[in-house]
Amino acid sequence: MTEKKIRVLVAKPGLDGHDRGAKVVARALRDAGMEVIYTGLRQTPEMIAEAALQEDVDVVGLSILSGAHMALAPRIVELLQANGQDRVKVFIGGIVPDEDMPRLKEMGITGIYGPGASTEDIIKDIREAMK
Amino acid sequence: MEDLLTRSVLAGNRLALARLLTQVENDSPAGRAALEELFPHTGKAHLIGVTGAPGTGKSSLVNQLALHYRKTDQKKVAVIAVDPSSPFTGGAVLGDRVRMRDLSGNDGVFIRSMASRGSVGGLAQMTAAFTQIFDAAGYEIVIVETVGAGQSEVDVARLAQTTIVVEAPGLGDDIQAIKAGILEIADVLVINKADRPGVEHTERALRSMLALAHPAPRVYRHHGQAMTVITPKVDQGLWIPPIVKTVATDGTGIAEVADSIARHAGHLRVSGEWASRDRARLGSELEAALEQALTRRFFQNIQKEKYNEMVEKVVRRALSPHEAVKVLLNGNSKQETV
Repeated sequence: MTEKKIRVLVAKPGLDGHDRGAKVVARALRDAGMEVIYTGLRQTPEMIAEAALQEDVDVVGLSILSGAHMALAPRIVELLQANGQDRVKVFIGGIVPDEDMPRLKEMGITGIYGPGASTEDIIKDIREAMK
Repeated sequence: MEDLLTRSVLAGNRLALARLLTQVENDSPAGRAALEELFPHTGKAHLIGVTGAPGTGKSSLVNQLALHYRKTDQKKVAVIAVDPSSPFTGGAVLGDRVRMRDLSGNDGVFIRSMASRGSVGGLAQMTAAFTQIFDAAGYEIVIVETVGAGQSEVDVARLAQTTIVVEAPGLGDDIQAIKAGILEIADVLVINKADRPGVEHTERALRSMLALAHPAPRVYRHHGQAMTVITPKVDQGLWIPPIVKTVATDGTGIAEVADSIARHAGHLRVSGEWASRDRARLGSELEAALEQALTRRFFQNIQKEKYNEMVEKVVRRALSPHEAVKVLLNGNSKQETV
């Protein structure tokens, strides 16, 4: 039997066009042996939830630099749950002020990573969340 | 009795479908059982393979083609997009969805990315099983996009009823076009990026390649006399791959591609090739399954020590691998295995 691969959707919701960070993370997760589905820029929450469903991913990684995380992230969590994907873990990378973090965690976000976060930590946390 | 997962898939539940694909991809017992239950429901879809070198625009073409099928025929379309796994880490970045964003929000389309997981040949090991699941779930068109293929990734032609080979200007000269391999498997040839310079050259190279493969009778004038040059007889039932020029980013030529695919399907049905391809494909699937099962049974029945001993003998050059097989199956190295 083939080993179970961790499948991760890496998506950039919202309108900012900087996807370097998302690509770096995608590549690092690939090198850690995960299967990364990369969806590209300017995705709506609906598009992300739909892709997560079709790809049956274990993890959704959101890259948000625009400051719209308090609007986008909960909406995505809500749509995932509505689709029956309540086991999917959501991670955010980008610019998130400290004061927003507790509320995002409450809304069901598993991990939040700012500038300078190491990809090793992200990989470790994803593996931990899969247990 | 069909189990819940199978019934949900047949009833059109998209989450169940997605989960079943994962089960099958991981070759789990539940996945295998579901495949068995779904098999009687297969055989209705038109399987379209899309292959070509990396960067020729396969994903963009698939995007437009799926849109076309939704708009004109309201057909349910499944897309299986295969990308390579890293040979070192086993990980993969699957990026075909980036070009397929137009299909988002369309209930009649289901896109699934698939890592090749060590398979060569342009597909993953479970791609054929995926097509059966989509077929059973009522997807009338199943498009399989291969990994960016070079010259020998031709597995898709065995799987699909219609194979589209995508070329782009500036990729190779006419010697590339007469080499064996990927161009031979084309039922429809697409020259994408046809707004780029060099498209005439690519078209000429492909046309001359086709002319070599499918010579037509010609009449030449020689000293004023009509003279038929003898060429091999053209079989009336022969399918000559059409060449279609497209610009997949804006949809130019997509209707012609769909039209060529439909004509090819018609040709397959009229000529009886649809049935014979189906037979060949399922026959080789049966053979592969048999091979696997026999190997598994063999390893169950043999003592590990005895097998390792044989490996040792091969390593010491006391026996060739071929002789070792004869010993393992017949007890001596003389008697042939078949």
